[in-house]
Amino acid sequence: MSAPLLSFEHVTYSYPGVRTPALSDLTLELEPGEFCLLAGLSGHGKSTLLRAACGLVPHFHGGHFAGRVTLAGLDTREHGPAQLGAFAGVLSQDPETQLVMSTVRAELALALESRGHGATAVARGVEEVALALGIDGLLDRSTQELSGGEKQRVALGAALAGRPRLVLLDEPTSQLDPVAGDELIGLLRRLNQEWETTILLAEHRLERCLSSADRVIALQGGRVGCDGDPETFLGWAAREAPALQTPAAKLFALSGLTRAPAGVRQARATLRAHGLLGEEDRSGAGETGSAARSRSKARRAVRNAAALEMSAVWHELSDGPAILRGVTLSVAPGESIALMGRNGAGKSTLLRHAAGLLEPTRGRVKRTGRVALLLQNPGDYFIHERVADEVPPAALGPAGLEDAGERNPRDLSGGERQRLALAIVSGSGDPPAVLALDEPTRGMDRHAKAVLAEELRLRAKQGQAVIVATHDPEFAAACADRAVLLADGRVIADATAAELLAGGWYFATETARILGGAAGVLLPEQGAELLRRRSAAVAAAAGAPTPSAAAGEAVSAADPGEPSTPPATTVAPGVAR
Amino acid sequence: MRATRFFYRRLPSPLHATRAGVGALWAAALSLATLLLDQPLVLLTLLAGVLCAGAGAGVGRLLARSMRASAIVWVPIVLVNVLVSRQGLTVFARLGDLGPFGQGDLTLEAAVFGAVIALKVMLLILITTLASLAVDPDELLRIVRRLSFRSALTASLATRMIPVLAADAQRLAEAQRTRPLGPPRGARGRVALLRAVVGGSLDRAMDVAATLEVRGFATARRAPRLPRPWSRHDIGFLASAVAILALALVGRLAGAARFDAYPEVHAPVGAGTIGLCLALFAAILLPFADRRGVDG
Repeated sequence: MSAPLLSFEHVTYSYPGVRTPALSDLTLELEPGEFCLLAGLSGHGKSTLLRAACGLVPHFHGGHFAGRVTLAGLDTREHGPAQLGAFAGVLSQDPETQLVMSTVRAELALALESRGHGATAVARGVEEVALALGIDGLLDRSTQELSGGEKQRVALGAALAGRPRLVLLDEPTSQLDPVAGDELIGLLRRLNQEWETTILLAEHRLERCLSSADRVIALQGGRVGCDGDPETFLGWAAREAPALQTPAAKLFALSGLTRAPAGVRQARATLRAHGLLGEEDRSGAGETGSAARSRSKARRAVRNAAALEMSAVWHELSDGPAILRGVTLSVAPGESIALMGRNGAGKSTLLRHAAGLLEPTRGRVKRTGRVALLLQNPGDYFIHERVADEVPPAALGPAGLEDAGERNPRDLSGGERQRLALAIVSGSGDPPAVLALDEPTRGMDRHAKAVLAEELRLRAKQGQAVIVATHDPEFAAACADRAVLLADGRVIADATAAELLAGGWYFATETARILGGAAGVLLPEQGAELLRRRSAAVAAAAGAPTPSAAAGEAVSAADPGEPSTPPATTVAPGVAR
Repeated sequence: MRATRFFYRRLPSPLHATRAGVGALWAAALSLATLLLDQPLVLLTLLAGVLCAGAGAGVGRLLARSMRASAIVWVPIVLVNVLVSRQGLTVFARLGDLGPFGQGDLTLEAAVFGAVIALKVMLLILITTLASLAVDPDELLRIVRRLSFRSALTASLATRMIPVLAADAQRLAEAQRTRPLGPPRGARGRVALLRAVVGGSLDRAMDVAATLEVRGFATARRAPRLPRPWSRHDIGFLASAVAILALALVGRLAGAARFDAYPEVHAPVGAGTIGLCLALFAAILLPFADRRGVDG
C-alpha cells in the first residue's frame, strides 16, 4: 500500500475562545487518487477538517491544536499553508472571496507566480488548467463579470494551477444552480479519473455527488462517525443519522428496499430488476388542453384575490440587458411558490420587485399588504451584538431562539441565523401578506432545511403567500405547491410543483428522476407509497404473495440486491451490487 | 452593479489589445499634452480626440457619462475663477462693492481662463477614466510586482475588492431597507450599521487573506518576466504616444499653441495651430484604425 497523501493522527482542535473542540481525537488517512466525500451536519467539523488539512488550522485561525496532520509527508505544524499549498488546492463556498485578481488569466497565474515558477511554466500552467476546466474562453475576461458558476470554475482553476495532488472543497456547489453544480461535480470526477487528483469534498447535498465518490467520511461531533464506501455510509446513515440520508436512500428505506442506492442510475437499475420501475410518465410535457384550460381558469380566480400580482413587469437596465421581460405572476394568500431557474435567470430581481425594492421599467406590481423579503445572506440583517437587540423579545420564542438572546447573531448556526433574519423581516406586528425568500437554504444541512420548509408550510397555512427562489428541487418540493421556472427573465413554465419538478432533468427531485416523473411523485414518502402499490401489483400479477404489502416491509429481506422475481439479465451492467 | 461598469473589462478594441505598459504610456502622453498646451482650440481637439478614442475602445458611452459627472468639478472651477479673479479688462457684469473683497467686477477673461482650466481638468479625468477602462490593471501591476510583489499585489487586491465591497455595502443597505420599520435611524442606529459594514468588510478581508495564504502569498517571490511579442497595436500606440508628446513639446516651444487670458484673451489661430490640431487628432486616433487581431 502506498503512503497516505493526507493523514490525521488523533487530532483535537478548538477555535480560539471556544471550549468545545471542533475536531475531537480524529484519525483518518486518505490515499492518493481517492474521491472522498465528507458528510455531516453543520457544525460537526467538516470545514475545520479541510482547514486543518491545508494548514489554515492552526496557522491562520489559531486555537488549541493537538495531534498530528501530515500532507504529502509534511507535518502541518512545521509547514504553513503557503508551503502546503503546493500539494493541496482549496476551494470554498463563496467564489467572490477566492478571486483576488481582475482577469481570469492573472488569477490562474497568481498561484504559480507566487511559488516562483518561471515564465514558461506559468504560461503553460495557465493554458493547461484553462483547457482542462473548459475556461480557456474566459482567460481575458474580467473576474467581475463572470457568472457564479464561471467564478467557481475559475477559483477551482486557480486552486489546480500548480497541479496539487489533493483538492479540498468546502461546499463548492452551494451557491450554484443545479446545472452548474452538476457540471462542477462532473469536472471533479474527471480530474480524479484522468489526473488521479485526490478529492476531499464536503457537501450537504449528497445526492449530487454520492455516486461519484469512492469513499464517504461522515463526521459527528468532530469525530469520524462512519468511514466507508457510499453503500456502507448509506447503511450507517439510515441507522445513525437519518438527516444525512439521500432522498434515494430514504425512498428505498421507506419502500422496504434495504440496499440503498448511491445514485439515480443505481436506484433505477434496482427498481427495474424488481419490476417496479413502471412506465415513464412525462406528465409535465404531456399536458392536455383541458388541464391547461382548468389551470388558466384557476389562475384567473387567483388574480381576483391575489396577495401579490405582477402584470407584465419589465426590468431593463439603461445601457444594459433586460433582466425581467414581461413577467406576469399572481400569488394567492396561503399559496406557496418555488421560483426556480439558472443563476442570472431573474429570480432575485423578481423578488426585489415583489418587495418594492425595485420599480419596474414597464408593467405593474400590486400588493394587498406588506411583502417581507428575506435576502440571500441572513448576516446582512444583523447590526447588533446581541440577538435580543435584533428583534423584540416576543419574537424570539416563535423563532426558536429564546435561549439565544445573549449570543452574538454572527455566532449562530446557519439555521438559527436564517430563523433570526426571518423574524427580523417578518416584524412583530401583523404578519406580512407575502413572505419572499431568496435562496434561503444556501449552506444549510438537510435537517435545517426540513425545519425551514415546515415553517414555510405553517405560514402558508396561516394565510401568508410564500415565494421562495431556490436552486434546490428537494427543498422546493418540500415547501411549495406551485413552481415557476424562469429563464432569461421570462416565465417559461408555471405549474403545480408535482408537474414541474417531476418532469425535468435538472429541475427535478431525485425521487422524481428515479421514478421517471411517474404520477408527479416528488418526495421519498410519496415515492415509497407508489412503489408499495406497484410492488403489490407485481406480486398480484405473478400470483405470488405480495412481497411488500405493508409500509416498511422489506421487498426481499434475505438479500434485497437479489430479487426473486425478475431474471438477472434485467439488471443494468455495472450497477448490481 | 453600476459602479462595477467603471472598471476594466476586456473588449475587442486596439487599445484593449495593447500591452498595459504601452497603454498606460499612451494615456500618460495624452495627460502631459493636456498639461503642456493651453490653446482652447488645441484643448478642444484633444477633447474630441479622447472622446473618439473612447468610442474606438468601445467605452464611448461610459466616457460620455464620466464627462457629465465631471461637471461637478469643472463648473465650480469656472464659477470660482469668475468670482475671485480680479484680472481682465472686459467686464460683463458689476456686482458692486463687496467690502473686503473689493469691487465685484466679473470679466470675460476670467471666465475664459476658468473655462480653459476646467477643460484641462475634465480632459485629465477623461484620460484617467479611459485608461482605467481599457488598460488591464493586473498586467500593469504585474510590471510593478517585479519590483515589489506584496505592494503590487495589495494594489491589485484593492482594485479587485472595491467593486466587491461596494456590492457588499449595497446588499447590506438593501437588507436594511427590507426591515418592516426601515433602516435603523438616529445616531445609535447609524453607528450600529457602520459597525456591521466594517465587520462585514473585515470578514471578507479574512476570507481573502485565507485564500492568499493557501495560494502561497507568504512565500511569494519576484514575478517572472513573461515574454510577449510586440503586436501591431503595441507598436501603433507606442508610436502614437511618442508623436503626441513630440507634438505637444513642439507646439509649446514653437508657440503654435499660444494662449494668453490676461489682460485680454489672446488665442491666435494660425496655420501652425490648425496643423497642430490636425496632427494631434490624427496621432490620437490612427492606432484605432487598425482593428486586426483585437479580439483576445
